[in-house]
Amino acid sequence: MRLRETAEEQEFRSELRAWLTATLPKLPAPPPFEDWAAKRAYDTGWQRRLHDAGYAGISWPQEYGGRGATPSEELIFLEETERAGAPYVGCCFVSTLHAGPTIGAEGTPAQRARYLPPILRGDHVWCQGFSEPEAGSDLASLRTRAVRDGDHYVVTGQKIWTSHAQVADYCELLARTDPDAPRHRGITWMVMAMDSPGIEVRPMRTLTGESEFSEMFLDEVRIPVENVVGAENDGWRVAMVTFGFERGTAFVSELLGSMRLLADLVDIARKTPLGNATAWDDAGIRRELTVLRAELDAEWALTKRSVSRAARYGNPGVGGSVFKLAYHETRERMGEVALRLLGRARLALDDPTGVSARQLDHVAQTLYALSLSIAAGTAQIQRNIVGERLLGLPKER
Amino acid sequence: MDLEPTDDQAALTAELARFLADRVTPEVRRSATDQPGAVDRDLWQALGELGTFGLVVPEDRGGVGLGMVEATLVFEELGRAAVPGPLVGTFLAAGLDLAVSPRAAAGEAVVGLVPAGQPAFVEHRAGLDALLVVASEGVTLAGPPDEAACRPVARPLDPLTPVDVVDALPDGEPVGGPDLAGRLGRDAALLAAALQVGLAGGALAMATDYAQGRVQFGRPIGSFQALKHLLADAQVAVEVARAAVAAAGVEIDEDGDAGRAVDAARIVASRAAERATRTCIQVHGGIGFTWELDAHLFLKRALVLDVGVGSAEEAIASFAASL
Repeated sequence: MRLRETAEEQEFRSELRAWLTATLPKLPAPPPFEDWAAKRAYDTGWQRRLHDAGYAGISWPQEYGGRGATPSEELIFLEETERAGAPYVGCCFVSTLHAGPTIGAEGTPAQRARYLPPILRGDHVWCQGFSEPEAGSDLASLRTRAVRDGDHYVVTGQKIWTSHAQVADYCELLARTDPDAPRHRGITWMVMAMDSPGIEVRPMRTLTGESEFSEMFLDEVRIPVENVVGAENDGWRVAMVTFGFERGTAFVSELLGSMRLLADLVDIARKTPLGNATAWDDAGIRRELTVLRAELDAEWALTKRSVSRAARYGNPGVGGSVFKLAYHETRERMGEVALRLLGRARLALDDPTGVSARQLDHVAQTLYALSLSIAAGTAQIQRNIVGERLLGLPKER
Repeated sequence: MDLEPTDDQAALTAELARFLADRVTPEVRRSATDQPGAVDRDLWQALGELGTFGLVVPEDRGGVGLGMVEATLVFEELGRAAVPGPLVGTFLAAGLDLAVSPRAAAGEAVVGLVPAGQPAFVEHRAGLDALLVVASEGVTLAGPPDEAACRPVARPLDPLTPVDVVDALPDGEPVGGPDLAGRLGRDAALLAAALQVGLAGGALAMATDYAQGRVQFGRPIGSFQALKHLLADAQVAVEVARAAVAAAGVEIDEDGDAGRAVDAARIVASRAAERATRTCIQVHGGIGFTWELDAHLFLKRALVLDVGVGSAEEAIASFAASL
């Protein structure tokens, strides 16, 4: 085992650091809250800069136009961009981390040529049409129907939790093409152009006040048969392939961001009066913050272990579920301490009085953390995965 | 960067795990509870021959010449089998340059480890050849305290860790100052954390096994989510702690930011061990609360390990000071 970097890794890091130092001051101002057109422009602008500098598709194979970086290099990329305060992947999340790699692995040469270069350049934004109102944790029960009509499918149904749908050009869609097949075998993965007639997108507001997600109503949307990726009725497998690209790096930016939040909470504790001293002088508060920071450090070690596993075996196993369960619990408790420290300053979601020297919005972050035990597999589903796949416990049925 | 054990490291732990599965059975553990004070000398010597105590001793001094990473892997296995005895003290003594060191490395001498203070709680006194006493200002090596100066504890917390209360520890030979005290505190903390990860893993394996086989309401109880989720949460804590312990071992071997990494590992391993060993008792239900089942031995050892040299509380204080 080693933490030291190889000469190649060191070179990768220092080149990236130099590029970030030169590039970040040239970025435009971040988009205003809830201005999704501006957000799209900002995020795709960043993707374009990454592309021009050779960092787009960092983990994609070189044959599809990616950088072909090792999992360790990807970790370094995420670490350096986060520490430098670079923009997040944002609107380019589905295209660069889900749909793109899936098309790379399962698409035809024509599909790759058509979809992948614009993704890497940041020309196109994608959204994901998987979840439905009646198919959440039980995704395989999805009902959106795709009926063949000549060289098209006619698709009708309802999707939900579609991130960035309001500014997306394409959607990676799961639809049921064979209602009579066993539920995992009648699903097809297809590309839906978001300007097709019959699509209605209704943004949903989450409890943080943002509307990143949408409901998407599909009413006889015509999708060319050539847009199917993989074989008809093989979409469940294709969708699972997407998860196979996970290399243990999914939460790196999140985790490093949480370390920054924690450091900020320590600062706030040090300047928050309590009795004759400060909140940091309170053994209980100091202990809580200390244990939380130890947990974040340990979760960073776990991340490195998952990435090492991915580098060695191709995937990190159930490391993602283990990480999510540990991390969401840490964040929940961080939120509790944050609200206690802020006192009446918790009445504002952001930080109107400048308590946070780093301008961090701890109250909004505390609310956001509620999603960490829900999104991309609830904590309960993750515990089933850990219990059944890692410990080998029997299924409930 | 590679935080996954190498093939050699995996082989090292597999060999020790095979030995321990054969040698430290539940029957052996149970019989040890009937002979308080004794240290199983045959086992100690066998562990010495396997290189357990001389693992980080350089090869030119007769050791194995490996690093703290390997030591954490080995101590995790020792924890998983809840091996009784002053493992950490003997390991640390073997790594020093003392008259007793070669015999400690060979498993021929049993060396205890205790934080200075009055009264002192000395573990395994009757089985000791020597005792390392660690104070913040330095380390001394003493012979085992005189029986006359000791009050044996009739009901030790861990039946496998006999304890004597000693009002005044014997004056020993000074073997090092604050630097050595700091290093031994750090290494002892990491080894205790590794033992705790092992104890936690051993307890969870026991609980998982039981949950798979025990049938109630016509099904294995491990199929019920209430228990499955309890076990999954404990497993998560163990995985996180194991990674933190590995990272801390690497930091020591690479001369990195070891103090901070060890503190973090110590903090999360202590919590993981308590969580997993409690969970083991809960999953077993009534039988988990009995003396007969080994579940309590895992919990109790985990609690003992929290308060040795380089305690979990000290780790919290020193980690807080680094924030």
